[in-house]
Amino acid sequence: MTRHVVAPASEIAPGSRKLVDVAGRSIGIFNLGGEFFALSNRCPHQGGSLCLGEQVGLVLSEEPGQYRYSRPGEMLRCPWHGWEFDIRTGQSWCDPKRMRTKSYPVTVEPGEALAKGPYQADIFPVSIEADYVVIDL
Amino acid sequence: MVALGGTGEQGLGAAMKPDERAERRRKAADRLMEFRDLGPIDCDLHPPTPRMAELLPYLDPHWREVMLSRGIDGLELASYPPGSPLSARPEWRGPGGRPGGDLALIQREVLDRWGTRRAILNCLHGSMAMFSEDMGAALARAVNDWIANEWLDRDARFAASILVPARSPELAVAEIERRAEDARFVQVLLLAGSELPLGRRVHWPIYAAAERFSLPVGIHAGSAFHQPMTSVGWPSYVVEDYVSQATAFQHQLLSLIGEGVFTKFPRLKVVLIESGVTWLPGFLWRANKEWRALRPEVPWVDRSPIEIVREHVRLTLQPLDSPPDASGLAAVIGQLGSDDLLLFSSDYPHWQWDGEEVLPKALPEALRSRIALDNPRQTYPRLGVRLGKECVS
Amino acid sequence: MSGAVLERSRTDAAGLGVVDCDIHPMLRSERALFPYLARRWRDELETFGLRTRNPFVGSFAFPKATPALSRRDCWPPAGGPPGSDLAFMRAQYLDSYEIETGILQTLIPSGKDQRNPAFGAALCRALNDWQIAEWTEPEPRLKAAITVPAEDAEASVAEIERSAPKGDFVSIFLTTRTTEPLGRKRYWPIFAAAERTGLALGIHTGGSNGLPMTPGGWPSFYFEEHMANAFAMQPLLASLVLEGVFEAFPKLRVVLIEGGFAWAPALAWRLDKHWARMRPEVPHVRHPPSFYIRRQVWFATQPVEEPPDRADLRTLIDWIGWERLVFASDYPHWDMDDPQRAFKLALSEGETQAVFRDNARLAYRLP
Ligand code: FES
Repeated sequence: MTRHVVAPASEIAPGSRKLVDVAGRSIGIFNLGGEFFALSNRCPHQGGSLCLGEQVGLVLSEEPGQYRYSRPGEMLRCPWHGWEFDIRTGQSWCDPKRMRTKSYPVTVEPGEALAKGPYQADIFPVSIEADYVVIDL
Repeated sequence: MVALGGTGEQGLGAAMKPDERAERRRKAADRLMEFRDLGPIDCDLHPPTPRMAELLPYLDPHWREVMLSRGIDGLELASYPPGSPLSARPEWRGPGGRPGGDLALIQREVLDRWGTRRAILNCLHGSMAMFSEDMGAALARAVNDWIANEWLDRDARFAASILVPARSPELAVAEIERRAEDARFVQVLLLAGSELPLGRRVHWPIYAAAERFSLPVGIHAGSAFHQPMTSVGWPSYVVEDYVSQATAFQHQLLSLIGEGVFTKFPRLKVVLIESGVTWLPGFLWRANKEWRALRPEVPWVDRSPIEIVREHVRLTLQPLDSPPDASGLAAVIGQLGSDDLLLFSSDYPHWQWDGEEVLPKALPEALRSRIALDNPRQTYPRLGVRLGKECVS
Repeated sequence: MSGAVLERSRTDAAGLGVVDCDIHPMLRSERALFPYLARRWRDELETFGLRTRNPFVGSFAFPKATPALSRRDCWPPAGGPPGSDLAFMRAQYLDSYEIETGILQTLIPSGKDQRNPAFGAALCRALNDWQIAEWTEPEPRLKAAITVPAEDAEASVAEIERSAPKGDFVSIFLTTRTTEPLGRKRYWPIFAAAERTGLALGIHTGGSNGLPMTPGGWPSFYFEEHMANAFAMQPLLASLVLEGVFEAFPKLRVVLIEGGFAWAPALAWRLDKHWARMRPEVPHVRHPPSFYIRRQVWFATQPVEEPPDRADLRTLIDWIGWERLVFASDYPHWDMDDPQRAFKLALSEGETQAVFRDNARLAYRLP
């Protein structure tokens, strides 16, 4: 497993996301209220660019006509056929056990620690003053 | 490769040697015998539709006078023109060609012939299609009472569906409540060609009442013709209309699912009667796909349509609209993915098949008793049919 | 239930040269049609706008799942709605998927569904000229379908005769929902013109005819409408068969677009069975309905069927016949199918060639 430094943490503000290419893989990094998550950009259905999809809330219902809205921005709807995926787990809503997009462990590391290595930071120089998003591949 | 075409089992046997033919006949006789021994439950049997003269004794004085003074009669549903080949097999017509004949004919041709344990009468009367809510309710009451007196009282093997004026859920519920005391009424009957999609909330009082009394809601082919039979306009021919009934069922099933009827009424069962069967797998695949994409619009649909249908929906067997070969039928049955879905129906007197063998021989062996007996008795708890060990416990 | 695994489901259409029977071009705006409209109809469009049997000025009766009913990644960077930018369509779709031929289906705006019939006919003419000038001439991989004001057969025939000689048309465009079932005699002049010109008849799901969306009235949700729209293919095909269209026009080639195909075998079985019983009512239908369907009807694949057990997909296509399916993507709409990944089934080379290219070449008489 290699650890990849993919972006300065400040570049992905809460509620935003960034698409990165790491070791030939397209991966979406999401910041949900300060927590970072990384998902494969490939939808398990027909391969749509999942991480370009809309971030929406989760709507559930106990009874027709009632809409229980929760977790705004934490579900990802595929830009193609609209299947919903949970950004926290990569699981689809429709078939969570069998249908999921790969999710990768993410940490935020201080530049100081990163300077000691071993990390892949191919894309930009690391400064010891800043924090960085690191994913394990 | 077997493709689209084919007309059931027609033509088979043409090129057979005599001893093969005898063997085939013997097997058919065996199957029939086994079927009779099961004591099947026939989930769709049509008594002749009563004419107004037959209903007059069951109408109150006001409505009797209305019917007579306005000369109201001829309320058979136009979906089934009485003379049409589909409306009655030739030997299942009574005097004057009346589809269904009389009690004696039904006893001989259906109940005795197949050793029928119970048979559910679905009377296709136009009270269901009446624009006037009040007249519809009065006629539905009369038909239900006529059924009770003229049929249920005369042969204990009969059960029946409750006709309701679907245009008025309020009056429909009143009628359900009135007749539900009689355990021989085991289902509420609606038409596939309704005025509003059957899932719409306006119909829910009917479903609440049905659930309360353990009555499945039976949706039968046919239309009030308050709408065209298809979304592409009015078909020209009876056969076109009839073929399109299967599509009407698809729309209604989708409406029931999408509106969340089964979320709201978790104990409700819906029986699609005379709907055809073979369209269901393709429908479910598509509905599943649609749900995955559009679920947030109908968040109360909290399971895939496939799961919902398996739990809540049943279909009567005839007309089976089967593929031309036995393996094709087995494939379709396999695609249904459940042995619970199909209920035996003769669809008497409609001309859906020929000969004696009401259960197509291509049906997988393991399924025959499920269809003939187990599934119907589980679907219709009010029939009170218990078997073997259930009786002991 | 499927746990679709992408790698295994890949259909190797790459390198084949795909014929896509359903690509939707879109106007940048309604004004993009002005160069193709006479002054009188430009004024009509500006003053009264498009008027169909629909409650809203600027929305569909059932609001769609996505803006412009499109994939969210199909909005051209240079502006304009999805499907309106040829350069972007080339880059995002035609080039990267090696599309050999793409057949345009101009769904919006609909000339056929205009309440003012003369305006509808003018709109059809303009859309046809626009397709040639802005799509098929600059991009030879694209072919077009002649859109016609179908409720007026005479005007439709005139438009077919005007446009067909232009060469880039391979089909006549109709939608499923007409004011009467499409098999009715009032539409036959269109079929005769199709036969005469050798153009296929492409019938795309949709259209508005003012009739309720279901035989039980109007549904509530897009979830229902989207699927109900496709159900319309069944009575449509029943009408064509039972009215005797295929008997009267034995050379007519019909492609049913965006209805999927899982419904087709069950409908054919049902038609055959009840036709046999009811033949006296339709003596003009001399053969079993499935005979005509197999002879003259093709089914566009999208939205592709996704049975939980993938083997069922093969059984299904075996029933229909591998020669009767033609690939369609529906690009750029949200419910589109990816040419390389839509079929969750390993296809043989011959099957791939048939479904993704050769069947369509036959259905549309492509060179
Ligand atoms: S490709 Fe993502 S939902 Fe279909």
